[in-house]
Amino acid sequence: MSLSDFSFLVSNIFALADWRYVTMWIIGGLLIFLAIKYDMEPTLLLPLGFGTILVNIPFSGAIDRTLQNGEIQEGALSTLFSAGIANELFPLILFIGIGAMIDFGPLLSNPKLMIFGAAAQFGIFFTFCAASMFFDLNDAASIGIIGAADGPTAIVVSQKLNSSYQGAIMVAAYSYMALVPIIQPPVIKALTTKKERLIRMPYTEKPVSKLTKILFPIVITIIAGIVAPESVSLIGFLMFGNLIRECGVLNSLSETAQKVLANLVTIFLGITIASQMQAEKFLKPDTLLILGLGLFAFIFDTAGGVLFAKFLNLFLKKKINPMIGAAGISAFPMSGRVVHKMALKEDPQNFILMQSIGVNVSGQIASVIAGGLILNFFM
Amino acid sequence: MTFNPMNFINNLHYLAVGLISVFIVIGVIILVTILLNKIFTKK
Repeated sequence: MSLSDFSFLVSNIFALADWRYVTMWIIGGLLIFLAIKYDMEPTLLLPLGFGTILVNIPFSGAIDRTLQNGEIQEGALSTLFSAGIANELFPLILFIGIGAMIDFGPLLSNPKLMIFGAAAQFGIFFTFCAASMFFDLNDAASIGIIGAADGPTAIVVSQKLNSSYQGAIMVAAYSYMALVPIIQPPVIKALTTKKERLIRMPYTEKPVSKLTKILFPIVITIIAGIVAPESVSLIGFLMFGNLIRECGVLNSLSETAQKVLANLVTIFLGITIASQMQAEKFLKPDTLLILGLGLFAFIFDTAGGVLFAKFLNLFLKKKINPMIGAAGISAFPMSGRVVHKMALKEDPQNFILMQSIGVNVSGQIASVIAGGLILNFFM
Repeated sequence: MTFNPMNFINNLHYLAVGLISVFIVIGVIILVTILLNKIFTKK
């Protein structure tokens, strides 16, 4: 035994001197802190944060690395990435769980609310135009889809368009979803007057038959599939999950999809996405720009929904509270709750939860359709 | 990464086509939903 036998320890310690690794540990720590302290999307940010630390340990065996003899040693997270993200499997399976969680009842009871889901996709396309000033079309489209406020859609679109910025896009998509309660209120307040925020919208629940609830996911899949065939797997898995929920004969599968399946995939999704958070890929000026453009997308989604509602009010006798337009982004159910809380803050007797949740659910459908259209444009 | 401001103008048609398409598809879904409600909801 000689000192040279311990040279690997010295080289590992010197590798730590690279500031980029330390920076990534801080970022990972920050994500874990936000998840635990502020309860921000903890199911995703915590695995993502820990994974970020894991892949940024010098010579980490968690990801593929080239050995001194030129051989490539497979890492578990890289293997998981190939098996579950590169082929879009994890986000699609997660969509089954999300579909099983969604109650389309308020939307089916008042289908006209769906129009706000469409309006709130403005940010996706506007951000795409802004991002195209800096990035090529495929990357710009993948950055724009951060505005879908829908992690699985962002993953599928950026993956299919082969974007070089998948790590940053996924982090931005999930982080901003968690930050909806901070991002949306100032934008809504800036675009509405107090009088508008006080508008009451009495809710009368119309009965929806079980057959309608069963047919709805099937019909939506067919319509969206015909219009944007590239999105059929996204919308199809979402609606499949909802069909399991509504059919009434698969209650145990529905419960499993909502809880066990969704949780299991989420664990793997977060930590697998972290494999893209390697310092050399992540710490670039482009990443900061992508994070900025992601915020831009959320702001303009919110603005699009609110301004569209204000536009409709110009023609409507029975005015609508323009704040519900902001719930058209797909961050479900945070966005609906944010709008509801804002209405209650202005007037403790103003209950617009059912309307805002209905709009929020429609945002989920509209964002998937927007993702499908983006794929149709650029694939 | 290069900065090309003209791309914003050149790609604005995607904004128009994309948003109009989303509105059309959602419009169709609204109509179908209203139809489903009319046909299958007992009075």
